[in-house]
Amino acid sequence: MDGLLHQLISGIASGGIYASVALALVMIYQATHHVNFAQGEMAMFSTYIALTLIQAGVPYWAAFCITVPISFAMGAVIQRVLMEPLAKAPILASVGVFIGLLLMFNSVAGWIFTYTLKPFPTPFGEGKPLFGGFISRHELGSTAITLVVLLSIWAFFRFTRLGLAMRAAAFNPVSSRLVGVPVNKMLALGWGLAASIGAIAGMMVAPVIFLDPNMMAGVLLYAFAGALLGGITNPLGAVIGGFIVGIIENLGGAYVVGTELKLTTALFIIVVVLTVKPAGLFGKTVVSRV
Amino acid sequence: MNPTLSRVFPWLFFAAAAVLPLLFASDYRLFQLTMVVVYAVAVLGLNLLTGYNGQVSLGNGAFYAIGAYTTAILMDKFGVPYWATLPFSALVCAGVGFLIGLPALRLGGMYLALTTFALAVATPQLLKYKLFEGWTGGVQGIVIDKPDAPFGLPLNPDQWLYLFCLLVGGVLFLAASNMVRGRIGRAMRAIRDQPTAAEAMGIDIAMFKTRTFATSALFTGISGSLGAITIQFVAPDAFGVPLSLTFFVGMVVGGGASIAGAIMGALFIQFVPNIAEEVSKAAPGAVYGLILIGFMFLLPGGLASLLRLLNGKRA
Amino acid sequence: MLLEVKALHGAYGESKVLHGLDFVVEEGGVTALLGANGAGKTTTLRAISGMIKVEGEITFAGKRIDGMATEAIAKLGIAHVPDGRGTFMELTVEENLRLGSYTRNDRAGIAADLAKMFELFPKLKERYHQQAGTLSGGEQQMLAIARALLLRPRLLLLDEPSFGLAPLIVREIFATLDEIVKATKVSILVVEQNASLALAIADRAYLLETGRFVMSGAAEDIRKDETLRRSYLGY
Ligand SMILES: Nc1ncnc2c1ncn2[C@@H]1O[C@H](COP(=O)(O)OP(=O)(O)O)[C@@H](O)[C@H]1O
Ligand SMILES: [Mg+2]
Repeated sequence: MDGLLHQLISGIASGGIYASVALALVMIYQATHHVNFAQGEMAMFSTYIALTLIQAGVPYWAAFCITVPISFAMGAVIQRVLMEPLAKAPILASVGVFIGLLLMFNSVAGWIFTYTLKPFPTPFGEGKPLFGGFISRHELGSTAITLVVLLSIWAFFRFTRLGLAMRAAAFNPVSSRLVGVPVNKMLALGWGLAASIGAIAGMMVAPVIFLDPNMMAGVLLYAFAGALLGGITNPLGAVIGGFIVGIIENLGGAYVVGTELKLTTALFIIVVVLTVKPAGLFGKTVVSRV
Repeated sequence: MNPTLSRVFPWLFFAAAAVLPLLFASDYRLFQLTMVVVYAVAVLGLNLLTGYNGQVSLGNGAFYAIGAYTTAILMDKFGVPYWATLPFSALVCAGVGFLIGLPALRLGGMYLALTTFALAVATPQLLKYKLFEGWTGGVQGIVIDKPDAPFGLPLNPDQWLYLFCLLVGGVLFLAASNMVRGRIGRAMRAIRDQPTAAEAMGIDIAMFKTRTFATSALFTGISGSLGAITIQFVAPDAFGVPLSLTFFVGMVVGGGASIAGAIMGALFIQFVPNIAEEVSKAAPGAVYGLILIGFMFLLPGGLASLLRLLNGKRA
Repeated sequence: MLLEVKALHGAYGESKVLHGLDFVVEEGGVTALLGANGAGKTTTLRAISGMIKVEGEITFAGKRIDGMATEAIAKLGIAHVPDGRGTFMELTVEENLRLGSYTRNDRAGIAADLAKMFELFPKLKERYHQQAGTLSGGEQQMLAIARALLLRPRLLLLDEPSFGLAPLIVREIFATLDEIVKATKVSILVVEQNASLALAIADRAYLLETGRFVMSGAAEDIRKDETLRRSYLGY
């Protein structure tokens, strides 16, 4: 029973990471109907930027606060330079660019930082697990950070004028322009936000799984699964989906399939959702685009 | 090129490809050229699916893996001769392709790309899974023997293997080019470009898409079998995301919806990373990434579209 | 002259739709753009709002706006109720209205204008927190007009406000439009297939046929001239 509780809590902790990346994916999907395959690699690259800063003697939270805006700029620039010109191109073109970005970030990271696993510091201390050993300090801290991030994003979209304009631009670009919303800028902002969320997710997961250029491949897959499970048209659904996938992954890994098939579990969830309920648990139907 | 010449050109090309390397190439070069044939078939398989039919797959490496393992297991565990494994591999892959093609079928193209990408990520893990270990050899993989030339032909094993792959590849290329030129090819392209019109014309889109998926898997699977025989070794980590993306890059570079493009794409993925790797281990990935983005902006039709341009715009 | 259009050509890709239009919209009052389905009325409004590539000159309040981005044109004071009403279906009525005032920063003015909209369209107040996609066609049209007016435009472009609505509701909406014109300084360029409806509130009218004007004049003259009406407008 204690073991189960522990797995559950770990599942929620990693679920938070998947939920963040899933949210990043859904934000871009809603606005463009594109799935950013490079989302994970961008997050990985941001994490290396943070590590470089920390190794140069910058305190952890300062490095954190520098990395996020850098990642934001990176995302926004990619949207402006690469994605905007291809907005109306066939799907193959955008997938090609996403894969190109994925390969570039991966290999440039390998080039600069090598492919060896690197430990990444946690700001929450390495001390003994809390609450009778159920949750490590890092799990607690990173879950708290994740929740703060998710709540801030929600509040931003719900309560600010800019957030409203971004949602409007995603839903109905034509009408948005007619009321004076600069839609392309909103898309760039969305990419920037998505990259920032990814960066935070990367910095939170790196202390657990170690940093290397391929660190985010698995995370991205779980985020896909979470986004689809919750509904790729529904940000809140995607977040919930991310948490569910985290829990399934941990419980399944511990009690059902074993750790060797963890990635396959994600694939399985994706295929089952697309077959049985393509709209996900909370999304609108996506079928009929032949 | 005038029409007669363009009709005989593929045969001349095939004849030259069969004879010249045997006369002039070293064993290592022959091995590389054999791999070009293997990749050409794989890129062709992806091209049928993505280039001609518009279904973007980022996971065709999984079918390559299934083909490779089918051949390796049949040879290693059941003593089936290498050439006799090909029909099995074709059948298995077509079946798996059909099954995997089903779920993503009614969904937008991005979902297929996503699902196949997930398939590529998960493939090595599946191949390592301990329940299959008795057959797959787990992480160690399977070593298989290099075939000798049959009927006392005066060829060394490398030369024979090259010819064998070239022959199989030639048949598949012929089949593909006949297919895309005929009624089926027109339907495939109609589904890609004008799905609504295609449906109105009475084309059963779902059936065509699934069958194209199965065909693509079949081609890629045979390519995997040939690759396994050529390299004489299969192991899980060779069949991950990089392999699938390599095929994708080959297709984009060669050019979607082009038979000749598949050959050019294969030459690219065989030789360019080798050159790039001399700079750094990470360089091939960077080259691939740059090339992909560059092609999407500057030459979305790939090298084949250049060829067409030189040819006076005749498709 | 608030809006002055000279030799306007417009096309969708290769197919040319507008073949050299010249027209003006005067400050204050209503100008009607009439014509059958497919004549190019919607395209003309799209051209003004920078939604398609055009040739020719479009001058708004002394400033050339052809070639400008749609959002910049909106910011200059041209609000556009597009065909199909352009409702943000997934958002609430409140959010739709807030988007209307996106370009403005005068909180007090926005609040006052919003109160005015509730007076003009009391239904919107009832439905304030409802998802806009659940509104009826007439309510969506009212929402669209209110959203456009919240931009506090100098020129309001209306694309077939009567389309698909019951006669009773159409009458209500046109009465409200008349009220708005009389109470504010906003100028309106209204596109209609229903000529009698538009002529009733218009000062000036242009008749469009396959991308060319075939007639124009004071609305009152057209209303009175039965031969003109019968031969061109069919009523
Ligand atoms: N988005 C479009 N793409 C191509 N052609 C269009 C488009 N919209 C309208 N058209 C064509 O332009 C012409 C004028 O259309 P429109 O301006 O919508 O007419 P109206 O609003 O007067 O009914 C029609 O022939 C129509 O088919
Ligand atoms: Mg119209």
